[in-house]
Formats: sequence, C-alpha cells, structure tokens
Amino acid sequence: MEPNLRNEITPEKLYFSRRKFIALFGTVGLSAALAACGISSPLPSGTPNGPTATAEPDTLTPLDTITHYNNFYEFSLQKEDVADKAANMKTSPWTIEISGLVEHPQTIAVSDLMKTYASEERIYRLRCVEGWSMVIPWSGFPLNKLLTDIGVKDQAQYVKFTTPLDLTLFPGEGDPTFPWPYVEGLRLDEARNDLTILATGLYGKPLPNQDGAPIRMVVPWKYGFKSIKSISKIELVTDQPAAFWPTTNSYEYGFYSNVNPNVPHPRWSQATERRIGELARRPTLMFNGYADQVANLYAGMDLVKNF
Amino acid sequence: MLLIHGLGANSIQYIEKRSGDAGLILLLACLACTPLRILTGSPLFTKFRRPLGLYAFAYAALHFLIFLGLDYGFVWNQILPLLIQKTYLWIGLITFLILLLLAVTSTRGWQKRLKKNWLRLHALVYITGFLVITHFAMSIKGNLLLLRGEVFWPFVSLVTLVILLAIRLKPVRALVSRLRR
Repeated sequence: MEPNLRNEITPEKLYFSRRKFIALFGTVGLSAALAACGISSPLPSGTPNGPTATAEPDTLTPLDTITHYNNFYEFSLQKEDVADKAANMKTSPWTIEISGLVEHPQTIAVSDLMKTYASEERIYRLRCVEGWSMVIPWSGFPLNKLLTDIGVKDQAQYVKFTTPLDLTLFPGEGDPTFPWPYVEGLRLDEARNDLTILATGLYGKPLPNQDGAPIRMVVPWKYGFKSIKSISKIELVTDQPAAFWPTTNSYEYGFYSNVNPNVPHPRWSQATERRIGELARRPTLMFNGYADQVANLYAGMDLVKNF
Repeated sequence: MLLIHGLGANSIQYIEKRSGDAGLILLLACLACTPLRILTGSPLFTKFRRPLGLYAFAYAALHFLIFLGLDYGFVWNQILPLLIQKTYLWIGLITFLILLLLAVTSTRGWQKRLKKNWLRLHALVYITGFLVITHFAMSIKGNLLLLRGEVFWPFVSLVTLVILLAIRLKPVRALVSRLRR
C-alpha cells in the first residue's frame, strides 16, 4: 500500500464536502452500526497512511472535534477550554533555532521552512496515552528532509525538541507542578523514519493555535504526548532528552512511549481505546497500526522495560 | 447524535468524570454537616446529612454504571480483569460497595434494628471519604508523592476532608464551644 499521499493536496471544496459526508454519515452510521452489533461500517473513510491492521475502518475525525478537544497544558488542563484560551496566541513571526551536533546550526523562520519543503498530506491515527484516539489529516513534511539539510554529525544520537518557555505566550506555564518548558525527544533513527513529520497544517489549512501552531511534530506510532506542539528549538544531542511527561512521572511515562496494547499504563490498561465519535471501544493496535513501518526500529528491544 | 455532539468530543468521558466529581462533592458536603453543626450550633445541618449522603451514593452509582455500560459496553471479559488488576479501579469499586451498604441501611428501620451498631456501621463513611479521594487522585496524570502534575484538586479535596474530620475531634469541639460562648 502506498505509504503516503505525496503531492495529492485535496482541493478545499472536496475536503469539506468529504468531511461533512463522513462526519454526518460516518458518525451516525458508524456508531449505530457499532451499537447494534459491532459490524464495521460500509462507508468510505479517510485512509490513514500506513496499513490498517484491523477490519474496522478509520473515519476522519471532524475538524470541529480536533480543534475543541486538546491536551495543551500551556493553556489549560481542561481539554474543552484550550481553543478559547489559545485564540490570541501570537504565532507569527516564529522561528526554530537549530543547534547542537549539526554542520549548519541556524535559526530559521517557519515561513521559510514551508517554502523550502513541499507540504504533503499525511492522514494519521493519533493515540493519546489517556486512552482515546482520532484520525487527523495533517499537512507537513518529513523531519528527515530537514535533518539531511542541516547535516547531522556522527556523534549525535537523539533529536531534542523544545516549546518556548514564555508566560506571555503560554499562561499555563505558570503552573508550578509541571516541569516547563515542554521538551520531547526521539532517537535519531525514529526521527529519520518517513512517518515522522513536522506539521504546519490541518485539513489543508494552517494549524489552529490549539493544535500546536505554527509548527509541531507528529509521531503517529507513539502516544500523543510525544507529538510536541509549537516547536521553537531543535537540537541534536548525545544524551536521551529528559522529556516533559517522563520528568513529571517516570514510572508512568517513558521515553519511547510506543503504542502497545500489551504494555499497560500502571493505572489503566492500554488494550482498548475510545475513537472519538464512536460508541464502542476499539482494540488498540501495536505501534498504533504502523508496525510495518516501525517495528524494525525496536527489533530485540525489551518493550516492557523501554516503555 | 446528541450523545456524541452535545457534550464535547468525548461525551462518555465527560459524564463519567462529572458524575464522579458530583459524588465526591456531595460526599464532602455530607461529611460537612456535623462539623457545620458543631461550628454554628444550628441543627439545620443535621437534617441534610442523610439526603446528601444518599445523593452522593446516587452519583457514585451513576458514575459506576457509566463506566461499566457506556465506557466499556458491559464487555465483562475486559471489565473484570481491569477491576481486579488496577488498584484505582478496585478502590473505586470498594468505595461504591460501602456507599451502597450505607445507603441501604440509611433508613430509620435499620437504625432501630442495628441500634448501637448502626453508628459503628455508618462510621465507615469516614473511610469512604479517604477512599474516594484516593480513587480520584489515582485518575489524574502526575506524581502524587512529588506533587507534580494535576494534583491541585485531589489535594484540595484531601485538605477539606482532613479539616472536616478534625472539627469532630473532642479537643476541637471543646475549643469551638468555648469560642462560641
């Protein structure tokens, strides 16, 4: 199966009519069907990049849902409040400082990044560690392209990403119980995998503030908290970065955080998830259904220890 | 449609959480009745103790039913292992069972039948307070011991409960009646 839909940017009219069709019939039809007796819906669905390892189709989550249900603690701990609180966030001009073990350290504007790297549509499942998931049509480019251009030095082992520490941008950073700023990291091979993207758009339009404007990462085979939002720094480093959730509680949130139904969260099971908009729970897929593309990265690794 | 679009993106999680919140608040309100009577001398508060306790049980029952039926669709082969293995879930279950017991025995008939033992039995409500706060604290993302993460509301609930229970202690009661004179 063609892993990505390069250069197939769907015209806006088709996007919204397709979205409306799926949202209307998908929600009613799918939930009615599932509520009735678990028969999968015969309706068309947005095809996520990568194989779907289950008979149940993946339906695109409506834009309204994606933009009003956000874990973005920089604004609020309440998912439904983030959209309003983020409404006036200043996302332009915005630069990313690229530093560390690279040949060409630089500070680059997001607008320049978007000119340099052609935008592709990537429809991915996003699975939150809390146990819910969505199907999201991102626009962005593979992180690997940027890494190639900046020239990663041989000693580099990890890529570290940081969100700004700035109370004028993110009032929620005043909450002293969290280790601000938000930091995340990937092993170099994970960062170079074609699935890993820097996303600048959603449903063909610029990223809404509450979804991590102006530029964020999406790593679809890991729990959602790895997909750091509003990135301002990318560094190439030798040591595994101390990421936000593992620092908050290292017993519960790990560095790798691969979606894995066989490795429970200490307090809840990860075997099932609630796809937002559906009535019945779904089984969670190994690597969120992207095993074909990423399982080889973890060959021989103890996934329970390295959760 | 209403279920899915009326209460935000994850309606089931929303009502599951809100019914739990309501149960916790009503239980604390119930536990506040005697302290408020101690502080103000007014017998009005004692009248509300039983109805508040019963409402707390009602919301706990609703919360549990939402978990079993809406969240997990009564799929017992998923639910039972969870209830057994996951500490925060069986603490919730025990809390519910105690509240059920207290609700059933809340009537005057049972007071007459149990006499002295009724008060002993209903002392279980104090444990329930701690259990429900533990259940709540274990549902958030963070580190309770290091006070990292979403610890604010569980912490506030705990402090509230401790204050409410402290007011009942003999030395505190004596102090209050001295101050009121």
